[in-house]
Amino acid sequence: MSSLWTRVEPLLARVQKPARYIGCEDGVTTPRHDKLPGGGAVAWLLAYPDTYEIGLPNQGLQILYEILNERDDAVAERTYAPWLDLTEQLRSNGVPLFSVDTHRPASDFDILAFNLSSELVYTNVLEMIDLAGIPLHTTERGPDDLLVIVGGHAAFNPEPLADFIDAAVLGEGEEVVSDITAVVRDWKRDGRTSRDGLLRELSKIPGVYVPSMYEVVYDGDRIVEVRPRFADVPATVDKRTVADLGEWPYPRQQLVPLTEVVHDRLSVEVFRGCTRGCRFCQAGMITRPVRERPAEQVRTMIRDGLRRTGYDEVSLTSLSTADFSDIEPVVKGILADAQLPGGCADTLTISLPSLRVDAFTVGLAGEVNGAGGGRRSGLTFAPEAGSWRLRQVINKLILEEDLYGAVDSAFQQGWTRMKLYFLTGLPTETDDDTLGIAELAKNCVAIGKRYTNRASVTVSLGGYVPKPHTPFQWFGQNTRAELQRKIDLVRTATRKVPGVQLKWHDPAASIAEGLASRGDRRIGRVIERVWRDGGVFQEWGEHFSLDRWERAMALEGLSLDWYVYRHRDEHEILPWDHLTAGLHKDFLWGDWQDALAGSGIEDCRWTPCYDCGVCTGFGIEHVVASPIAPAGGSQGTGQDLARGGEVPVTLLPARRQLVDSPNQSVSPAAAASAESGVTV
Amino acid sequence: MKLRIRTTKLGKVRFTSHRDLARMWERAVRRIGMPVATSEGFTPRPRISFGLALPTGAESVAEYIDIDLREPLSDDRIVGLPAELTAALPTGIDVLIVAERDQRAGSLQEVVTSCTWQLWSPQLGSGHHHDACRLLEATTLELDRERKGKRSTDEVRPMILDLRVDLTPAGDRLIAELATVGRGLRPSELARLAYPDIDPLDVRVLRTHQWTDHDGNRRDVLPCELPQPTVVDASPVEVLA
Ligand code: SF4
Repeated sequence: MSSLWTRVEPLLARVQKPARYIGCEDGVTTPRHDKLPGGGAVAWLLAYPDTYEIGLPNQGLQILYEILNERDDAVAERTYAPWLDLTEQLRSNGVPLFSVDTHRPASDFDILAFNLSSELVYTNVLEMIDLAGIPLHTTERGPDDLLVIVGGHAAFNPEPLADFIDAAVLGEGEEVVSDITAVVRDWKRDGRTSRDGLLRELSKIPGVYVPSMYEVVYDGDRIVEVRPRFADVPATVDKRTVADLGEWPYPRQQLVPLTEVVHDRLSVEVFRGCTRGCRFCQAGMITRPVRERPAEQVRTMIRDGLRRTGYDEVSLTSLSTADFSDIEPVVKGILADAQLPGGCADTLTISLPSLRVDAFTVGLAGEVNGAGGGRRSGLTFAPEAGSWRLRQVINKLILEEDLYGAVDSAFQQGWTRMKLYFLTGLPTETDDDTLGIAELAKNCVAIGKRYTNRASVTVSLGGYVPKPHTPFQWFGQNTRAELQRKIDLVRTATRKVPGVQLKWHDPAASIAEGLASRGDRRIGRVIERVWRDGGVFQEWGEHFSLDRWERAMALEGLSLDWYVYRHRDEHEILPWDHLTAGLHKDFLWGDWQDALAGSGIEDCRWTPCYDCGVCTGFGIEHVVASPIAPAGGSQGTGQDLARGGEVPVTLLPARRQLVDSPNQSVSPAAAASAESGVTV
Repeated sequence: MKLRIRTTKLGKVRFTSHRDLARMWERAVRRIGMPVATSEGFTPRPRISFGLALPTGAESVAEYIDIDLREPLSDDRIVGLPAELTAALPTGIDVLIVAERDQRAGSLQEVVTSCTWQLWSPQLGSGHHHDACRLLEATTLELDRERKGKRSTDEVRPMILDLRVDLTPAGDRLIAELATVGRGLRPSELARLAYPDIDPLDVRVLRTHQWTDHDGNRRDVLPCELPQPTVVDASPVEVLA
């Protein structure tokens, strides 16, 4: 019942961007901590381990915020990683981590729940646990200490955080937060007896993984077994999946921040899951199957959301928005609604992130752009690899003619600039593949010059980082030097080309990301060292240094070669094998072998199921309004593959390829796939 | 039709910036469907202009916003506008008065010649404020300051138009009238001169008036009844709301 506001307020005069810490967003609910007598309600502090600007727009966190506050037995507030200046002020003034809603100290809550959207935030998680005033290690916590839970994409391999977290949630949070609330509520009601007893109860909830209930047995470097400590603790933990997105029209009251954030607009999630099967894309693999939101609901959420928030920009989010069955009627509906009294037709901007690379998509983008009055911003395509051969390996089945068609159509419709996303350091990548990136960019500019002299293309190059639960989880990441070499190849090849700009991610950051992504429990000590060494905000280039990570690895006697650069074999027990997104390991291995053979796989949304394991295993299925692949969406369909088959592919036998080229490339931003998109 | 609006900025929202305020207003006018005129050009922006920027962290009961409409509002709508806008703006920003602006009225930057501020701090007592008033006795006051990355030493005595101490319900406060013409003097800069022994970051400020000059007489840009009390501290109600 205590607010720290009077102690926080004087500190805010001393920090940059104090509006990060005041809350007061439109759409906040008044958190009622007294819902149950005697403080019996379960109080969640939902935490985003990066700055407010990045964390506030996070839809996952906002959804849980609403669902929990709607419950009779739960209350939720939010907190974000304080920037370095405030952290220093908090420490020197003895003020703990606080919620931005009512500025309560973290210790007023029962659960500190982190949303992990990437691995480089792990040191921030440690920082926030420490600022919250509880012991860093789970083993040292008592019944009165906060329960630390993580969720989000990176939680699919929470092993590197095993020392610090009490539980990880796999998959979608809408339902599981209620299950957790019920267990914690009963435990509080029964007098908060043993913390171990609580953790054991939590481990029985489907989708909840409690690391301390499992013992990892090693033989030298290798894991031989991960074994539950008790008979009633499940041997494997499956992810949670919401069957029908239409039942969860959240957030109903999207938060409107008072200060600028990265996505300062209304967001409506049009579908979840993606079955295009891009092999580098963890987001696609772990969110299967596809579940579309009913078109009518999308339209209502947008109409009401725009009115309530006062935004004049809406983003239709998903992993591939042009694949939404009803995309055209929905867009027409939004534009029609904007014409009604109180609509904002003259300034409305509709963003369609993560669009496919084809002319249909660009047509759609153009339609949205021409009809609304809003500004026209960049157009982004993500071919991801420089040659058709390599795109078959990664199953990003974009033909060169798809790309040129899209680009032609975009220039024709008046765009003058576009962005192309590529990964380098992909499995089997040769220098020809890498140089193909420069070639594609050149050709795109040449197409543009037919329409305008100002035509330009920005190539954004990320080093590939293999992720758990994908077919590439066995792949040895390219070394930092190799990644840099490949980036330099593209740099040299594009340097003198007018109209082509190149941007790239720091390969050093890709290495740290790779380490945290596929690490096991032993990496926890490395993360702790990096944190103690001051290595927070590792996603921020100015605060990242690989030296810290290398130093910590050396001190722990661990090697990057083993954790990052090494190819795994079929029978190795991977640190996350006891956790599953539903994909059978056999399927993933088979898909890996297909990848090495340069053979693509179809999109099971429109073609027969190939039994990856998700739908069959969980008894769920795709929810798609149209059984037919969208017009122009050739990628991932059977017809596409047939055409692809005509391209002669010669690959070395898979194994030899792996052994012979130890220094292939790697990149950090597999996650870049999620940001590739078109903004109209 | 052109409107001039007076608002408060009180409580937690004081930590938002001038830029933030612009976005809040753009959303607020869209939310209530106000027919705001837009600028010409490739990216049309609503014609909303803000007066003298309030420093981030300062509070105010005298903020002004000019809005141009593309079509006139009915008298009824105008009467209800303060309440309507207040509901669409964040807590702490209350619309006090909405007036029609003369076509020939100058911009806020042009017409405002001085502002009145309250200064206080838990670390300051009545004696400090009375001592501060003695700055008026000086004939010259030099201040080292940095503006836009440039350091300079300026004569600032002429910028201090008046200093006095008022007893408010929250205790004594320094009341300062500072000129805004030329390079002006910020309340935080005054705090450095007035209270050399404490960190100016610990001095709270509240703007109570923006004055215009009419043939030597100063006048509020838009006079109005101030909300009571006009001294504000984050109240427990606001904090735990
Ligand atoms: S189980 Fe079948 S239909 Fe479902 S995602 Fe896997 S391959 Fe596709």
